[in-house]
Amino acid sequence: MEFLEDLWMFMKHRKKYWLTPIIIVLLLLGLLIVFGGGSALAPFIYTLF
Amino acid sequence: MKKILGISAFYHDSAAAVVVGGEIIAAAQEERFTREKHTPSFPRNSVQYCLDEAGLHINELDAVVFYDKPLLKFERLLETYYAFSPRGLVSFLKAIPVWLREKMFLKRLLYQGLREVEPYDRNKLKLLFPEHHLSHAASAFYASGFDTAAIVTVDGVGEWCTTAIGRGQGRKIEFFRELEFPHSVGLLYSAFTYYLGFTVNSGEYKLMGLAPYGNPNADETRKFVDLIKAHVVAIKEDGSVWLNQSMFNYATGLRMVHERKWQKLFGFPRRTPEGELQQRHCNLALAIQQVTEEIVLKLAHEAKRLTGADKVCLAGGVALNCVANGKLLRENLFHDIYIQPAAGDAGGALGAALAASHIYFGEERVQPGFYDTMKGSYLGPSYSDKEIELMSRKVKAVYTRIQDSGELTRLTANKLAQGNVVGWFQGRMEFGPRALGNRSILGDPRNPEMQRKLNLKIKYREGFRPFAPSVLAEDTEAYFTLSSPSPYMLLVAPVQERRRFPLPADYHKQSLWDRLYYMRSDIQSVTHLDFSARVQTVHRETNPLYWQLINSFKELTGYGVVVNTSFNVRGEPIVCTPEDAYRCFMSTEMDVLVIGQYVYLKEDQPDWHNRERWRHNFKPD
Repeated sequence: MEFLEDLWMFMKHRKKYWLTPIIIVLLLLGLLIVFGGGSALAPFIYTLF
Repeated sequence: MKKILGISAFYHDSAAAVVVGGEIIAAAQEERFTREKHTPSFPRNSVQYCLDEAGLHINELDAVVFYDKPLLKFERLLETYYAFSPRGLVSFLKAIPVWLREKMFLKRLLYQGLREVEPYDRNKLKLLFPEHHLSHAASAFYASGFDTAAIVTVDGVGEWCTTAIGRGQGRKIEFFRELEFPHSVGLLYSAFTYYLGFTVNSGEYKLMGLAPYGNPNADETRKFVDLIKAHVVAIKEDGSVWLNQSMFNYATGLRMVHERKWQKLFGFPRRTPEGELQQRHCNLALAIQQVTEEIVLKLAHEAKRLTGADKVCLAGGVALNCVANGKLLRENLFHDIYIQPAAGDAGGALGAALAASHIYFGEERVQPGFYDTMKGSYLGPSYSDKEIELMSRKVKAVYTRIQDSGELTRLTANKLAQGNVVGWFQGRMEFGPRALGNRSILGDPRNPEMQRKLNLKIKYREGFRPFAPSVLAEDTEAYFTLSSPSPYMLLVAPVQERRRFPLPADYHKQSLWDRLYYMRSDIQSVTHLDFSARVQTVHRETNPLYWQLINSFKELTGYGVVVNTSFNVRGEPIVCTPEDAYRCFMSTEMDVLVIGQYVYLKEDQPDWHNRERWRHNFKPD
C-alpha cells in the first residue's frame, strides 16, 4: 500500500499521469513474474537502469 | 544533534555513512568488507560498521537517507524506452523484471537490508530520498567548509540529470542548470573506455592513465579530436553536450556504442580487453581526454558566470578525472577548488546524509578541521594491537613489534631506500577510491625499476599504468608545479622543469614501452610520460605517522616523496583488515609489511600455499 501511495504522489507531483496505464500493465506483469518465480538477475553490463 | 545514516546501493559502489549533528563520523564502501569490487549489494557490513563507530542503533537514528530517487529513475527508464521504441525491446524485457521485483520497491529492500543489520521499529524509521546530483553536490559543498561556492557535479547518470551547476551558500544548495540523460559527459568517457578495451564503471582511470602515451603533436590525434566533435559529441559554449545517439547504444541496448559505426569513423575496431596497445589506441585516449577537459573547463566557466563565486566544489564520477581537475586549477578561474575524495557513487551515501542534516533538518554546518570536514577521508575501520596480534597468531606470521614511532618510520624508510616494496597499513581506512597512506603500498620514486616492479610483480596489472607520489606538503613545490594542497590525490600537476631530463627528438616515434622506461626525471617512478604526476600532498595535521615516514625517507635520501599505490592487486578491493593485508602481502612479491606497530619481513614468514588460488579470486577489472 505504501508503494502505491508513493507512486500516486510521485505521478501527481511530476504530472506524469500518462504513465499510469503503463505502470498498471507492468505491475500486473510483475505479479505474473513474482508468482511465476522467474529470475530477476540483472542482465546488464552497464548498470544505467 | 540529528543522527543520520546515508546509504548508496543497488547500482555500483555501495556504501554507508553516518553523520551526527552535521559531523561526519564514519563512512565506508561495502566492497572492502565483501571483497567484491564495486559491489552493488545492500551495504550491510558498512552500515554495521558505521553504526558501531558512532555507537548508535537503528532505532536511535533520526533518518535513513538513500542517495537517489528510485521512482524518478523508473520514470526515466520508461520514457527512454518510449522515446526510442520499438528499439530497445530486448533490453526493456530484461530490465523490467528487475525493476518489478526489486528496484521499484526500494523502501522494502532498505527495510529488509536494515533488518539484517539489527532488529528495529519500522514505524519509527524515517526514510528520505534526495536526488542523485543533490547527494553529489552536498558531499562536496558541505564537506568543503566553504561558506559560498559554485558547485559542479558531473557523472554518468543519476535519475535524469547527468550534469548540474549550482551554488552552495551556508546551509542552502540551489541548482541553476541541469543536463539530462541521454546526454552525458560521464557516459561519453565510458563509451571510449569501452571502445579501448577497458571495463565500464571501473576502467575509466586506466583510460586517463593511457592518454599521456598519445602523441599530442600527431595528425592522428588532431583528426580524432575533430572526428569526435563532428560525429560523436557537440559541445556548446556553456559546457553542455549533445551526444549523437546514432553512435551510441547505451540508452536502449546492452552495449555502450555501435561498434561498426565507430570502426568506420576511427578506422580501427574496438580493442579487445587485454589486447595489444597500439599508438592509435593511445592517440584516441588522448583525444577523448582533451575533449573531456574542454567540456569540464567550459562547465567551470559557466558555473563562474552563473554564480560569480570565487570557489568551486566538484563531485560526481567525472570529478575523479584528476588531469581535468589539474587543468581547471591552472586556469586560475577560481581561487579555491574542492573535490570530494569519494566523488563517485560511494560518496553519494555521505552526501545524502549531509543533505538531510543541513537541508531537511536545518542543522548548522560544522567548522572545518584542517582543510575540510572529511578528517583526511580516514573514515573507515581501524584495528587494535590485540586484533593484529590475533591475526598474526592465526596465520602463524612472524613479526617484530616496534612501539616507538620514530624507530618504526626510520626502519621502514630504510627498507624503502634499499629498493624494497612496503605494505603500509595504519589506522582508519580511507573512504573513496584512493589509498592515502593508511592502506598503501609504498616504494622509492627514484628507483627507475619501481614502476615496472610494482605493476608486474606486486599489483599484477597492465605495465603501462602510472604511479602517484605522496609528497610532504611543505616540499610540494620542490618537485611539482603545484601551489594548492592536494590531500586526496585528485590533482595532476607537472613535475618541476629542473627535475626533468631532456628527451630525444624522436621520443614520440619510439615504442610505447621504450618511452615508458626512458629516464624522464630524478623521480622516475612517479613521472608520467608527459611529465605529469597525480600528487598527494601529505599533511602532518591529518596523517602524522605517514608524514613522519616520508620525512624519515627524506632524512635518509634527501627526497621528501614516496611512491604510493593502493594496497591491493588488480581486481581486488583495497585491503580492509590486517588479515586482508597479510594475505595480499604473502601472495605478491612485496618485501615488507607494516601493520600498526608490527613489522613483517617476507623472508621470515612461513610458506604460503594459497598464493595462486587467492589471486584467482579476483576478476581482472
